[in-house]
Amino acid sequence: MSKALIYGLLLSILMVTAPHADHLPLWVSALCAALLAWRAYLTHTGGELPKRWLLLAITFASVGGILIEFHTLFGREVGVTLLILLTTLKFMELRGPRDAMVLVYLACFIIITNFFYSQSIPTALYLLATLLAIATTWVHLHGQSIPLKPRLRIASVLLLQAIPLMLVLFVLFPRVQGPLWGLPQDAFASSGLDDKMAPGSFIRLSLSEEVAFRVSYAGQPPLREQMYWRGPVLWEFDGRTWTPGATLAPAAPQFTDTTQPIDYSVTLEPHNKTWLFALDVLDRISIPARLTYDFRILHKERVKARLRYEARSHLGYRANLHENERQLRRALQLPPSLNPRARELVAEWRNQTVGNTGGTDDAAVVRAALAYFNRQNFRYTLEPPPLGLHSVDDFLFETRQGFCEHYASSFVFLMRAAQIPARVVTGYQGGEFNELGNYYIVRQSDAHAWAEVWLEGQGWVRIDPTAAIAPGRIERGLSAAVTDFAALPFMARNPPQWMRKLRLNWDTLANRWNQWVLGYDTERQFAFLTRLGMESATWQKMALNMMAGIGLIIALSALFMLRHLLKRRPDKVQAAWLKLCRRLAKAGLRRAAHEGAQCYAARVAAARPELAETIRDLAARYSALRYGTPQDEQMQQEFIKLIAKFRQG
Amino acid sequence: MLTALKTRFRTWLFRPKIESGTVTLTQRRIFILPTRQGLALAVVLVLMLLGDINYNLSLGYVLTFLLATMAVMSMLHAFRNLAHLEVRAGHTDAVFGGGTARFVLHFYNRGKLPRYRLSLRDDHGNTVSFDMPGQQDSEIIFPMHARRRGWLPLGKLTLYTEFPLGLFHAWSYLHFDARCLVYPKPLADAPLPPGDAPDGAGRRSSAGDDDFSGLRNYVAGDALPRIAWKAFAREQGLQVKQFSAQVGEELWLDMADAPGRNDEDRLARMTRWVLDAEAQGLRYGLRLPDGELPASNGAAHHDECLRRIALFNLPQRATP
Repeated sequence: MSKALIYGLLLSILMVTAPHADHLPLWVSALCAALLAWRAYLTHTGGELPKRWLLLAITFASVGGILIEFHTLFGREVGVTLLILLTTLKFMELRGPRDAMVLVYLACFIIITNFFYSQSIPTALYLLATLLAIATTWVHLHGQSIPLKPRLRIASVLLLQAIPLMLVLFVLFPRVQGPLWGLPQDAFASSGLDDKMAPGSFIRLSLSEEVAFRVSYAGQPPLREQMYWRGPVLWEFDGRTWTPGATLAPAAPQFTDTTQPIDYSVTLEPHNKTWLFALDVLDRISIPARLTYDFRILHKERVKARLRYEARSHLGYRANLHENERQLRRALQLPPSLNPRARELVAEWRNQTVGNTGGTDDAAVVRAALAYFNRQNFRYTLEPPPLGLHSVDDFLFETRQGFCEHYASSFVFLMRAAQIPARVVTGYQGGEFNELGNYYIVRQSDAHAWAEVWLEGQGWVRIDPTAAIAPGRIERGLSAAVTDFAALPFMARNPPQWMRKLRLNWDTLANRWNQWVLGYDTERQFAFLTRLGMESATWQKMALNMMAGIGLIIALSALFMLRHLLKRRPDKVQAAWLKLCRRLAKAGLRRAAHEGAQCYAARVAAARPELAETIRDLAARYSALRYGTPQDEQMQQEFIKLIAKFRQG
Repeated sequence: MLTALKTRFRTWLFRPKIESGTVTLTQRRIFILPTRQGLALAVVLVLMLLGDINYNLSLGYVLTFLLATMAVMSMLHAFRNLAHLEVRAGHTDAVFGGGTARFVLHFYNRGKLPRYRLSLRDDHGNTVSFDMPGQQDSEIIFPMHARRRGWLPLGKLTLYTEFPLGLFHAWSYLHFDARCLVYPKPLADAPLPPGDAPDGAGRRSSAGDDDFSGLRNYVAGDALPRIAWKAFAREQGLQVKQFSAQVGEELWLDMADAPGRNDEDRLARMTRWVLDAEAQGLRYGLRLPDGELPASNGAAHHDECLRRIALFNLPQRATP
């Protein structure tokens, strides 16, 4: 085992495990790094490998550590951790080519585990580079004498030649919809919107530039202020936090007077929650999902992989004109004895509106509340001051600085205090238009909370108190609305045009990648193959096509690779000489197999003295051209001409 | 029945026959099968594919297919590594028994493509590995232990390669009619028989050894004390001191005169005699039960004597 080979293996393993350092337990990363460094040191100094008992001790100790850390030895995270740990330990007993081969295979396997965590374009490129490093080491293992440069070339050629066939396999290999065995629950981390809302929870989200989902509209996109993507609906308030509360007898929602239908498709990033996002209010959806009594859409299972669905919504609607009594009572519940000043304020509005119209005018109360937000010098900010026990009072009368959750929360509180059924709705609002890909990007920073009130004769009506304070937030987005830019991530402020363009370009690419590479599943495969002209694609057909494709490409590669061997450059000089020999053979002077040019010429000269001079000259020329160096084009031409002119007697 | 069929199949497939001249490794002569490592990779790939399906890893599919395709391509590379090489067995110098026969094989790589990690192996496990740059000829020495006198055939060689990934074993059989003449292993020390000159004067006195007459080039088997070390020190190469013998003096090396327990012992002794006689510059003749060589000296005579001794009482064609 040469040192260079061991360094190559070390590099391969290091490259392939490095991205895992992000999520492995710290002590495992440190141990692996130490082991690799130790091996590199031993290789450098030519020292003895550690004794077997020591390795066994380290192995048992670290497996024990993992058992303590994870409380199990099964599951994906544990599996990945164990795999990486045992691979680095394998290094410590790397002695022969057999061990090296095992390490190469392990390195390939670890590449796959990286895809559990990221399948983005940069990850793909990085792991392609890693694969090249592995392949170069692999070639080294079987050709120790080859210097680095040709080794790298051979590995690159292998990799490049593999690409066409890989594409055929990727497109045509019949996709089976997984999973084959149960995925452990710990498999995915949650991200994005939660089904709880407390002061501060949306501010955290607003700092994240992560993509929540992407939308493309079939026709004209709706106005920005109509882009309310409904998520969890929150009913219960404990004075500080809003929660969905217990689900009551679920009755199907009723929509009447629906207008403005709009069709769109959503590609939802995995968020490990069951809810899906749609514009208010949903009419139909292409995947199995349930519409709840409060118009949320629930998927049958947690969304753990990127999910694409087509949907139709009605932007104009009346929802649940005849709402269930129990629901309405639920929409009025408030924690008793909190926020007395807010209750006073509402009572005052009630009196005013009663005075004006003579009846209970809920709509007037709503208007009064919005006007209050609008006039009382409220500020829309990412850095609101903390609130006390009477959080709504503190916000309405003291701090008057808040983010969407503060406004939604206090607005719904005011409404309920005024005996108007109301609830908090969370979700996303707006999005960034990507003109390159003609779709909208909805990011975590577009997370939003608003309110819905139930009015007699109108049903549930959306009211966004944020729009009363910061209309820019709804019309143009977050950066247009907040005054304290500094708290926002750089790209969420107003980046230079070229940078914005670059980011949109990149997102378009990422979207295509997501749709066509990562999202290439059974359904896409059938759709794609049908578009390619394969009528009624079945997996048998695909398998046949795949076989044919594989055969064709292997044959083409073989032709391409062996073309130098197949194409035997005809040697003009030799051809001419053989022609001469054939002519003489007809005259009864066959050249024997062992006879060289000179000997043959001598024999011919003896038999046919009249040809002696010519044949000797030709033989001499032939020898010179065949065996002499360098090759002279002019001499060759002359020789061929002389042979052509040759007449026996 | 089955064995017979198998043998016939192998005969048809591998066409075992002894060849002479230049052999071109056409695709008909190259065989290829996956190695154990190749099969292991197949298992690894199946595991990967199961993981891809289960976790719906699109890039996992890409990687799995890429590795599988690389494996297939490595098969073509392994094949190409052997294809269209030209091989010819060269001349092999005779050796003494117990020595190492150095068979020479000429490899011609006409194409631009370098060939890496080619290996030659015989049935006894001798292996030689080498690389070949593009458009170059290489002379590969295949050493083989020479045990008994007579013809040592090169036998069937396997030229194989597992380059570049070790997943496929590509091989070709080379069975040349090359053989190496093995002289009997000379006895370490055996005095020459007394002279048998026609004039009856007997072998000249050993004092005559001192009549230095000149130098000649070293021939394998020359006695070490006769090497002209001074000349060697002057970088004139290995030379042997020659001593003049009296004209007309002839030494007959007769097998009948050679003491020994059996023929092989006697032949070993005679080998030593020939070497010593030549080294001393004597004119010597060889007499074996199946014929004799008239007295002479010089390299050609020396070689012919050793050849007669080596092949004494062996079947004419000692090649299997």
